[in-house]
Amino acid sequence: MRGSRLQVALAWLGLRLLRALRPKPAPPARRRAEPPEALEREPAASPGAELLVAALLLAAALAAAGFVVFYVVWPDTQLLGLCLGGALVLCGVAAALAGKRVVPQETAAEPYRALADEEKVDDVGEIVREVGDGVSRRTLLTGAAGVAGLTIGAAAVVPIASLGPGVDARIASTPWRRGRRLVDERGRALRPEQVAAGGVLLAFPEGADRDTLDAPVMLLRFAPAELELSSARRAAAPGGVIAYSRICTHAGCAVSMYRHPLYPPTAPDDALVCPCHFSTFDPRRGGAVTFGPAGRPLPQLPLELNAAGELVAAGDFIGSVGPTYGGSRQERPRA
Amino acid sequence: MSLLRRPDPVRDPVRFVDQRLGAASPLRATLRYVFPDHWSFMLGEIALYAFVMLVATGVFLTMYYVPDDQTVTYGGSYLPLQGRTMGAQYDSVLRLVFDVPAGNLMRQTHHWAANVFIVAIALHLARICLTGAFRRPRELNYLVGVTMLALALLEGFLGYSLIDDLLSGMGLAIAYAVAVSIPFVGDDLSFLAWGGEYPGASQFWPRMEIVHVLIVPVTIGALLSLHLVQIIRQHHTQFPGGPRSERAVVGTPMWAGYALRSIGLFLIVAGVLLLLGGLVQINPIWQWGPYETYLSTNGAQPDWYLGWLIGALRLMPPLEVRFGDFTAVPNPFWGGALYPLVVFAILYLWPWIDKRRWGDRDRHETLDRPRDNPRRTASFAALATWVFVILFAGSVDRFAFRTLISYEAQIWFLRGAALVAPLIAYRVTRRLCGELRARESHPLRGWSGTVVRRTPAGGWEQTGPAGEGEEDKEPAAR
Repeated sequence: MRGSRLQVALAWLGLRLLRALRPKPAPPARRRAEPPEALEREPAASPGAELLVAALLLAAALAAAGFVVFYVVWPDTQLLGLCLGGALVLCGVAAALAGKRVVPQETAAEPYRALADEEKVDDVGEIVREVGDGVSRRTLLTGAAGVAGLTIGAAAVVPIASLGPGVDARIASTPWRRGRRLVDERGRALRPEQVAAGGVLLAFPEGADRDTLDAPVMLLRFAPAELELSSARRAAAPGGVIAYSRICTHAGCAVSMYRHPLYPPTAPDDALVCPCHFSTFDPRRGGAVTFGPAGRPLPQLPLELNAAGELVAAGDFIGSVGPTYGGSRQERPRA
Repeated sequence: MSLLRRPDPVRDPVRFVDQRLGAASPLRATLRYVFPDHWSFMLGEIALYAFVMLVATGVFLTMYYVPDDQTVTYGGSYLPLQGRTMGAQYDSVLRLVFDVPAGNLMRQTHHWAANVFIVAIALHLARICLTGAFRRPRELNYLVGVTMLALALLEGFLGYSLIDDLLSGMGLAIAYAVAVSIPFVGDDLSFLAWGGEYPGASQFWPRMEIVHVLIVPVTIGALLSLHLVQIIRQHHTQFPGGPRSERAVVGTPMWAGYALRSIGLFLIVAGVLLLLGGLVQINPIWQWGPYETYLSTNGAQPDWYLGWLIGALRLMPPLEVRFGDFTAVPNPFWGGALYPLVVFAILYLWPWIDKRRWGDRDRHETLDRPRDNPRRTASFAALATWVFVILFAGSVDRFAFRTLISYEAQIWFLRGAALVAPLIAYRVTRRLCGELRARESHPLRGWSGTVVRRTPAGGWEQTGPAGEGEEDKEPAAR
């Protein structure tokens, strides 16, 4: 019983489909509206294109239905994108095909508008000037309106200053003070023995905010004879352990690359390199710029050892930390 | 009107609106509006449809994004980052990606749409500049278009900076450095924007979000409307030939052929963006990890449309203007601020440079083929070469990594190329245009000369290859 009902339904569907597929006689041409004049107009309808468009639309419907199903049962990015994107592309191809092969094809011409009209320009000029007819104190009124406009404009703009603090000494101040301990990422104090040659150790000021430009420093170790520094700077690198600001003086990125030649005869010298614009600094010569766009050396943080043998700052940075501010005084590095 | 009249599904609603607004006449004009046919006219349309997709997917993203830099511990379903501390903004995007159905599809489609949007605008601009479509009466619309390009670049940068992953944090650090490098006002301006010294106050994040999701998109939307209104008022330009002249625009009317094709293009653009968003991974932010000021990564690259800025920052020699300890112009200003200003100044002034060069102030409705104005074409080629050589410099580190050619050597080479290549491009393009014009061959379609045949009557008749003959004729009337 169920089987026969299904057969009837299928037969009915099949009949409907056949009917839909059978081409109908084209309706008579309609009355054409006036301009723009049609240069050419011909019906494009071809039965093959009509069937193809219908098939594309049905395929699009299937893909869209697939999106809904996958969204519910398995929302996988690839499948969702494939279904929804596929549905839209199929539908779009159907629309474009219909525009090219199904609806009447027409070429029409439409005149460009005349744009300039000197008479109207004169009219506008005169109408605008009419405002002054019979007004005696024109200069006074214009001046007063101008003053009011300017001051109100200034009053409207001034609250922008609330957006941020003024630039003050805070730019130059850093958390580094004499005696402040250097700690690692977990807050443990660092000792010079922990700094191995050929590597870079990240360090922060103990108890200070790390997420600023002037907090993070890098520790490196060289044999004291390798350091080409002034005596003051050399004294700030106890036992050959030297600290530089982590932040590039060019554009404020973290200088996170360290080039350490393993076979010195053919490899270039040690260098700290910023991955953003490849400013290259020489850690053995006080962070001097050897290549790239940075305009000044990496600031060196003077170090010393406290009574417990831990690394502490011996003072603030030599040089300003972070990107240079245009038109502002920056401490120049003392060589 | 009899009660027995059958309802008409088209005329009845039109009549209803017409009786209240008098809309039938403009509606008829709209349906009969003529669009000239040329493939290059699709580029602007693609940009428009990419913008529609940006808004559609962007609205979805705003439902999940949290513009907050509070430190949180990630507890979402992406195992490698579980237990990591990060900003709440990054956490919210990770949750969108991994825990919201279709979330990553929307995010990736949004990112792809941004890339396609800017590609389409850039190519559209090239089309306009090369064919002289910016000439009178379309200078105002040209300015609107260039402004939208500038806004689109800003919008794209803000979009990926909102996430606070490692890559975007590096980008923001550079943006801050460029902002402070502006002589005399840079520090004040950037303190206003960031709410203090980098990385800035917490308010920076909602500020950046509101600029990205409201202020810039609404401005682009308004300019877009202005762009389209001006086009409707002035009509499209067209290539001359046959019935196409300075007097009348010839093409397909809006209804029905053009409307269906344009709807088709919209659906195809939207569909392709979704296919890309679903199938082609873009900016896998979960792989970058959270940003801290003291972290950065090798191989960092911005989205392609900012490559020319990072390239300029990298190429610039270490030049700063200093007086003692007073730095007037820090280095990032040259590449990050002055260079884009110069490029955009050239673009903005392009119509007026062109006017001055040719003394041509006439109204133009028909276009020049690029080869027919060799010096204009060559100038644009030089500008494009300048920008693209510098864009390439932005990824020299990746190129050095693949080819093992020294980074430093490549930078020195490109410093020279940035100066010399535009001149070479100018000369080559100019020569190429002359050759093409002399031979009347199309660079893509091949030969399109004329054929001379002997007629049975004994005379001579001149014909061109099918459909090509007309296009190569001089415009009918000026």
